[in-house]
Amino acid sequence: MNVDWLWGAAGGLLIGLGAAVYLLCNGRIMGASGILGGLLQRSDRSAMTERLAFVTGLIGMPFLLRPLIAPQTQTHLTGDLAIVILAGLLVGVGTRIANGCTSGHGVCGISRFSLRGIVATVFYILAGGLTVALFRHAMGVI
Amino acid sequence: MRGLFAFLAGSLFGTGLLISGMTDTTKVQGWLDVFGNWDPTLAFVMGGAILPMLVAWQLTRNRTPVVGGHFPAPPHTELDRRLVVGSVLFGVGWGLAGLCPGPAMASLSYGGIGGVVFMIAMIAGMLAAPKLGAQLDRMANAA
Repeated sequence: MNVDWLWGAAGGLLIGLGAAVYLLCNGRIMGASGILGGLLQRSDRSAMTERLAFVTGLIGMPFLLRPLIAPQTQTHLTGDLAIVILAGLLVGVGTRIANGCTSGHGVCGISRFSLRGIVATVFYILAGGLTVALFRHAMGVI
Repeated sequence: MRGLFAFLAGSLFGTGLLISGMTDTTKVQGWLDVFGNWDPTLAFVMGGAILPMLVAWQLTRNRTPVVGGHFPAPPHTELDRRLVVGSVLFGVGWGLAGLCPGPAMASLSYGGIGGVVFMIAMIAGMLAAPKLGAQLDRMANAA
């Protein structure tokens, strides 16, 4: 039996719990692109420590736990570095221009019925779906 | 205290991304691939993550954050060009590689050289975003 959806739901609950801790304790919206982008732009100096602490947990905990709980997990990222670079640039530019990504607009926005969060989510899912359809099925490059 | 809570939040986020399978690009692209062998996992991750936050937003009413200060103001309601254009650009990159900013960071320790290259490109994109956003505004005003 395929239990991927169960791990998905369990992992999703942990993600939501993390967002709830960040909101209820620190009063901030847990958006990965906003936190990393804020670190890069050095905006709002008072938030630098918590942003750095957040990123440390986000990178460090999977590093510590993966060998114990999910050693088989891999990213299976394409080996085509031109695609990787183009994708990285687009994700970086797009999330900062739109002021949010899957965590900020998706998880935190939708859960408070934010129109902007819902609209952003609809557009990045449509764009992502069309991209996979075009580049995988029409062109066969990903 | 802010740092400790932020570290806890980041740790929960990273652990959730790891066990949910969302650092595996084949599962993310599999969810976006409605014309192929569709993988429903991402919908369960999204649903699972939204549930605690539905409760959390309710708990913000008439309260203040644990460390003091204020909760975020109610969301803006106006839709603008930045939101739509930015989200479309992000979506194209997300579809191409199957990575968004959270999983890109969470998988940094096991994503190999490709993961590091993606991270560097994403940071470069983030640094270029303010200028490109301003350009977008000028184009909007000229139109």
